[in-house]
Order: sequence, then C-alpha cells, then structure tokens
Amino acid sequence: MAKRIDVSGLNAYYGSHKAIEDISMTVEPRSVTAFIGPSGCGKSTFLRTLNRMHEVTPGGRVDGKVLLDGDDLYGSGVDPVNVRRTIGMVFQRPNPFPTMSIYDNVAAGLKLNGSYKKSELNDVVEKSLKGANLWNEVKDRLNKPGSGLSGGQQQRLCIARAIAVEPQVLLMDEPCSALDPISTLAIEDLIGELKERFTIVIVTHNMQQAARVSDRTAFFNLAAVGQPGKLIEIDETERIFSNPSVQATEDYISGRFG
Amino acid sequence: MSTTTVKPTGTPGGKPAPSELQRARLPRWAPYVIAVGSLAVGSGIGLAADLSSRLQWGLISAILFVGVSYFLAASVEGTRQAKDRLATSLVWVMFLLAVVPLASLIFETVQRGTKVFDGYFLSHSMGVVADDEPGGGIYHAIIGTLEQVGLACLIAVPIGLLTAIYLVEYGRGKLAKAVTFFVDVMTGIPSIVAGLFVLSFWILILGFDFSGWAGAMALSILMMPVVVRSTEEMLKLVPNELREASLALGVPKWRTILKVVLPTAIGGITTGVMLAVARIAGETAPVLLLVWTNPFINTDPFNGPQGSLPLYIYQQYASGTNAGYDRAWAAALALIAFIMILNLVARGIARWKAPKTGR
Repeated sequence: MAKRIDVSGLNAYYGSHKAIEDISMTVEPRSVTAFIGPSGCGKSTFLRTLNRMHEVTPGGRVDGKVLLDGDDLYGSGVDPVNVRRTIGMVFQRPNPFPTMSIYDNVAAGLKLNGSYKKSELNDVVEKSLKGANLWNEVKDRLNKPGSGLSGGQQQRLCIARAIAVEPQVLLMDEPCSALDPISTLAIEDLIGELKERFTIVIVTHNMQQAARVSDRTAFFNLAAVGQPGKLIEIDETERIFSNPSVQATEDYISGRFG
Repeated sequence: MSTTTVKPTGTPGGKPAPSELQRARLPRWAPYVIAVGSLAVGSGIGLAADLSSRLQWGLISAILFVGVSYFLAASVEGTRQAKDRLATSLVWVMFLLAVVPLASLIFETVQRGTKVFDGYFLSHSMGVVADDEPGGGIYHAIIGTLEQVGLACLIAVPIGLLTAIYLVEYGRGKLAKAVTFFVDVMTGIPSIVAGLFVLSFWILILGFDFSGWAGAMALSILMMPVVVRSTEEMLKLVPNELREASLALGVPKWRTILKVVLPTAIGGITTGVMLAVARIAGETAPVLLLVWTNPFINTDPFNGPQGSLPLYIYQQYASGTNAGYDRAWAAALALIAFIMILNLVARGIARWKAPKTGR
C-alpha cells in the first residue's frame, strides 16, 4: 500500500517567480511527515508538487526529481491523472462537491473515473467513511447533500473521499486550520490510524500539532519576501522540537521570530 | 402633512436621563405619512395647474417626497440620518418609476389582448381570413416561432456552451483574448445586420428560398454571444477548490468539467440560455428578411416561408383594421406569456438543479 517518496533537487516556479529552491528529502512509508515554516515559505507549493497539482495553477512548472518507489513522477510519458490517483490530497478548506450527496461525494473518485462495480461501491463507501471516523454520524443520511455537514464533518468527508480511491500516499494541506479543537482532535486521531495504511504528509502552522501527530518534521524557511523558500532541515520530530541542528529551526519553534 | 417628532426623552421631571447614544428620531410611520402627503399635495398641484398627465402629478409627488423626507430628517435627526433617508427615498422613487412602465405594459396587453384570446385563436391560422374580418388566429405563427427559436437554440447553445467552457477552463493567451473580443463585438450586432448577413449569404449567394431555417441561423448569431457571456460568468463562479478536489482524485480534466463544474453551474447556465431565448423570440427584423411570412400553416422549417409571432403582431397592427388590432394585442399577449412560461420553466430547472443546502 504505502510507498516511499524521494525528492531530489526540486525547484518550483510560478511563471518566472521561483517559489521553492533545491529541495531534497525522503518521505518514509507508513509514517507521518509534517512540514512547518512561516507563511509563504513554499510548504504548500512543495506539497502540491508531490502529486503534480502544482502545474494546475496557471504558470506553474517544476524541475527536479520526485521518485515514488523509484518511479519519477515527472518522467516523460507519466500521466498526471495516474499520479493523482496514486497520491491523494486533502485541502485546507473542506470542499465537498455541492451537487452530490454524502454517498456520492465519497464515491466520487470511483464514479467519476467510471471504473467501478455497483455492488462494490456500497462497501467502499462504508469502509471509507468508517476509515474517516464519520460512518456513525452520517450512516442514516447518506443521501443528504454533503454541504449540510459541519465544517469538521465536511473535512472528514473529504478525507473519506480521498482514501476511497485507495491511494498510496495522502497529502494534507493544513487540514485542520479551519476547524475547532474538537474536530481537530478527531482528525489528528484519524491521521494516527491512517498512517498504518498510508504514507502521510501534512502541512501545518500549528507546531503542537506537528509534534503530536508526526514522526518526522521538515522545517522550511525563506531568506526574505520574494526569495524562494528552502528546506532548512528534516529530522525525527522529537529531535526537531528538542534539539534541532540548525539555529533558525530553534528560533522558529521557540517563537523568537516568524 | 402632519408629522410629529419624538422629543428626546428624559426631561428632568423624573424620567430616566437620556443615554448619550440616543438621538431624536422621526417615528416609524413618518415615511408613509410623507408619501401619502406628497401624493395628496402633488395631485392638488396637478389639479390646480390643470396638468393633464397623471405622470406629471406623480413626478411632482416624487420630488416632493424626496425633498420633504430630506429636509424633515435634517431638521429633526441631523444631516447623516437625512442623507440616509435621501438615499432610501431615492431608491424607492426610482424603483416605482421603473415598475410603472412594466406594470402599465402588462396591464394594457392583458386588457386589450384578452378580447379575442381563446382556444379558437390559438388553434387556427390566418389562412383565408381577410384583414378586416374578425376570426383567424396565431396557430401558424406559434408553430413558426417555436421551430425557428428551437432551431436557433440547437445551433447557438452547443457552440455557446463550448466556447464558454474553452474560455474559462482552457483559454490562455491570444486566442482566448481574441475570442472574448469577438464575442463582445457580436453582442453589439444589430439584429437587422445579422438578418442581412444571412440574407446575402444564404438566400442571395447560395440561392436558397426563404425558410424558418434561414431565420434560425440569423437568430442563432444573436443568441450565441448572450449564451457565451452568461455561461462564462456562471462557470467563473464555480469555486476553484472543486476543480482541484476533483483533479486530486485522479479525475481527468474533461471529466471534471463534465461531472463537477457543469452540474454545479447548471442552474445559472439554464437561466442564461432562457434569457437568450427570450431575447430572440421577440426579434422581428431577421424574421422579416429571411422567413418572410405566411398566413397558412407551414410546419416544415426548411421549406418555404413561415409565420412567426413578432411579425404577425406587426402585420396585424399594420393592417389598420379593428379586427387586426385585436389580433395584434392577443398575439402580443401570447408572446409575453410564451416568454414568461419559458422563464418560469428555467427558474424551476435552476431551483431543481441548484446545489442543495439542506441537512
């Protein structure tokens, strides 16, 4: 199920503006890797390069290598659609499809791709909703619209939608920033369960959250506004938060700047 | 004009002292009293000065209403509140001014149109009816309008939809800019020019006969830019997050557009198409040039002249007979009813298809 990601020498651009520069790191399978750093340092951009969503933005382009168990995502002949099927994504703001019911939202990945059997669909929806800890709350109203759920439920619905297509890797872009502490806790618990099956990468502004949920933490920073963001260091979460090897990391974590 | 003012409460005689936040206000019913008073005074001036037009009475009342509201409020409540009342009263007056022509148009059409508007009128043609005879109907014209508008939709809606999708989802750079520019230019084409274009090309150069189809081509030229513009606006309203959510599930772009973007915007798109239909259903000039006219029933839009509602109205009115006037008004009523029914259907579809919000 879960796969390893190796990034080497990755640069990403918006038009002529270089957003991130020369990033190399390894994301371990069946673990949670957290990205922290100040706003605008390129965490989200980097996350989006990992499943080729960066190039959806007009002017977005990438050079460098991203290897998924050895296969280059940016190699010639690679279909971004297949990459995104393998590497799922959960966004900052919950974005269930407003025209679809809860059931259809979860089944969207399979239904929209057209390759599914009706008999399997019910099982997939139930399994995914259970996987996202949402089944008990919505099992009696699967045919109601997904936009009627609360923000935290909607975000878990989006997670269920992402895991329904059985990706290898799950990317989460600040999944809790729009949620209250209780919903946040529910999603953090969920991340802890999901890492048994998936490789998870999470961007967060909340350092306690990074410390709580992640196994490894990467710190990004930028020299100045307008400069490209860089990876400062990546290490075991405990080491980053207790004894980081770079002074800038310690300054950021202890709140001395940024 | 009797209006009382509420004095600041809290005179020294036992009442609680006024809060610093409280101010003198006109009572709630003040605007109504001012409105009634203005109307009365306006009518009085109209009668006294022997102004024949009720419109003049109304305008005098409106100006009085706005002025009195402002100055009364200024003297009691202060200038900030007075400006607020000035804006409010102006909005109301303008609203009423905008409604007057609409209401009078509908009233007039219904009043005069119902005289001969019945089942017979809807189900018979003008085949053997002379201009000054009563009787006859609009069956042939309804058939013609339905077919011409339907064919125009068949041409314009797919092209318009696809153009809008291209502009919003794919279009970058020079081609998209050029397309946008030409759509803007097309929006401004007068209907007679569209008619002349098809006339010179289809009938004079290619040598085809007058037909509903020729008219439909000209109507589709008029309809296309309206469909493109409204669809474009609706597609732009679809949040980008939905596209990204779909793409991130590994759904190809064309499927994302088809299954996520279009269903989300379908309500607005339908409304836009219906407005475009309403626009072309009343066009007379291209129909006159290209479909010609035919008092008999011709159900084949590809062969020979047909009738149509706008042209029917024009001809009956031009005949100058009482029977003709009656038929013209009844046909106008039918045209308005046709467009209104279309709009209601569109709103129904929009509501039925709109993103659901219930729990």
